[in-house]
Amino acid sequence: MSRGQQGGPRTSRGQKAGEGARAGQPATSAERLRRLLALVPYVVSRETAGLAETAAAFGVSERELVDDLNMLWCVELRDPYPYCPIDLSYEGGEIVISQAESIGRPLRLAVDEASALLVALRMLAEVPGLEDRSALSRLIAKLEAAAGEAAAPSAQVAVHVDPPDGDGVVAKVREAVARRRRVHMRYYVPGRDEATERDVDPMRLLVVEGRAYLEGWCRRAEAVRLFRLDRILGLTVLDVPASVPAGAEPVDVDQGLFRPSPDDVHVVLDVSAPGRWVAEYYPCESVEELGDGRLRIHLRTPDTRWVRRLMLRLGEDGAVIAPAALRAQVREDASAALAQYAAT
Amino acid sequence: MSRRKTERLLSLVVCLLSTRRYLTAEQIREAVGVYPDQPEAFKRMFERDKEELRELGIPLETGRVSPLDEEEAGYRIRRQAYELPEIRLEPDEAAVLGLAARVWRHAELAGAAAGALLKLRAAGIDTSGADGAASQGIEPRVHTDEPAFGPLWQAVRDRRPVTFAYWAAGRGEPQRRNLEPWGVVNRRGRWYVAGMDTDRGAVRVFRLSRIEGPVTLSGPPGSVTVPEGTDVREVVRSWDRAAPQRRTALLRVRHGAGYGLRRHAAGKQDGSQGSGEHTGPAGGWDEITVPFADVMWFAEHVASYGADVVVVDPPDLREAVISKLKGALA
Repeated sequence: MSRGQQGGPRTSRGQKAGEGARAGQPATSAERLRRLLALVPYVVSRETAGLAETAAAFGVSERELVDDLNMLWCVELRDPYPYCPIDLSYEGGEIVISQAESIGRPLRLAVDEASALLVALRMLAEVPGLEDRSALSRLIAKLEAAAGEAAAPSAQVAVHVDPPDGDGVVAKVREAVARRRRVHMRYYVPGRDEATERDVDPMRLLVVEGRAYLEGWCRRAEAVRLFRLDRILGLTVLDVPASVPAGAEPVDVDQGLFRPSPDDVHVVLDVSAPGRWVAEYYPCESVEELGDGRLRIHLRTPDTRWVRRLMLRLGEDGAVIAPAALRAQVREDASAALAQYAAT
Repeated sequence: MSRRKTERLLSLVVCLLSTRRYLTAEQIREAVGVYPDQPEAFKRMFERDKEELRELGIPLETGRVSPLDEEEAGYRIRRQAYELPEIRLEPDEAAVLGLAARVWRHAELAGAAAGALLKLRAAGIDTSGADGAASQGIEPRVHTDEPAFGPLWQAVRDRRPVTFAYWAAGRGEPQRRNLEPWGVVNRRGRWYVAGMDTDRGAVRVFRLSRIEGPVTLSGPPGSVTVPEGTDVREVVRSWDRAAPQRRTALLRVRHGAGYGLRRHAAGKQDGSQGSGEHTGPAGGWDEITVPFADVMWFAEHVASYGADVVVVDPPDLREAVISKLKGALA
């Protein structure tokens, strides 16, 4: 009689093989096999592991985990007589694997897996002022060794980190975030061509696409703001505790850093082929091809001053379609500038 | 169906890992037990299963069962090739590992990062400290919004040439390009692919966001050779780096304005001068000299400051700015 026809391994809960509930999406056979092959070494390397904590570590329900364990226990080979290579129990909610035969160690890292971690770690290692640099380089070396040949292609993907100026702004921001101290800074706002002075209560240091940002409660704007570190003209950590209001919502970095708000002005621009870069450079709501490489761009922004500057830059390669007031402002800006040249 | 398939694949892996010698397909069918008896049906299923294992990265080896028999192929999985080597991490290393795994969240390599983390946990590494002190207050992310990222990474990884339609700067329509890709690099938030443009016989760099439509693999795996010593980061960096700034412009800049230009001004004018409270009379002007390379590009930049910046010299820059402004007026 094979194990598949028996009740299941020793258990205090009485689940039977084949009863696995599917929480969320059902896993494909390949995904599930990957999990099964990791599950045995996970328990073996820890000698024993609790059902609840193991389920959490693998992101499955306890029922799914029990179903996985039953499936492993049911493996039967003939050599030429039937034998069961894996023996385990989960009595009292504690998993013990007494016999794991050949799958006691995890599978090697695949190229994609090694690359995902190594590319990310090398990016982090380039961020100046991260104090965990020694841990980063030790970890990179260990992963490269463990991945072996699979590590090689990761050298062909890289995220370049913009080195900010030499003032040690990153280190100061890290310090302010860690010690929860308010900072005072001079910050350049290119859209308005202004250098602004403000006090900020730091929340997090974001490193997105190789660019570092300070996220914090801006006491001038009375709102959560992101400050690009390379636009900070000067920064002092104040001896004042940061006080971020309880309701301050951190930016959802997975939704893109800059989200339009319903109060924003809806701007419509046409650009010709040399101005197509605008659609890549700014977050647009929609982009339509008009033929001959021309684009119609819809975007929303709380402040149109940067659009006025953009239109001067584009010259004949761009035109504001809406709103009409913005179109008129751009014409005024251009004639005011031309008047300067007529005068000198 | 899916469950039975998982069970079968699991048995197959355990069976092939348990053997030192190569097993024939028939021996495998007998040992695993659940394959169909009908030879054609078995053959088809076994072929699919082998492919499935290879896709999971399981190193399935093929060899001759006996030196006397040249026909019969055998299979096995060598443990040494299968097993992740021993790896132990210090707590601070495990903490940054958790940080690295968060970088790709929701991006192209998110699944791969999660898969890697799973295997490392299976090797006994405790990543529960990843939310601890080392990663607190820092949130790293890389996005891969460009649809071309996935296929280009596969092409780079598998060393395969690609073809795609590309919008070159200033062109009215996209052009077909043929590329032997060497690597993908993110620079200032944009992804680029660098490699040998086989139509032009020269190294080229393309921005992924300007690729139109699908990226098609146009050759077999291993058919691209990256020249020894190539540093793709350096290729992209040197392509992106502005030309040497040999010329200088003399600009009049209104007090309290033109910070983007003042920051690059020659001499010690870092933007502190004329900011906030004006150092000179209200509405006054500073004269600054700024290095530049390309007249057209720099003219666009200067024009964007409108009436706050006026070019005094050189004349060609002055003319270019005036022409930009007239264009905006039209």
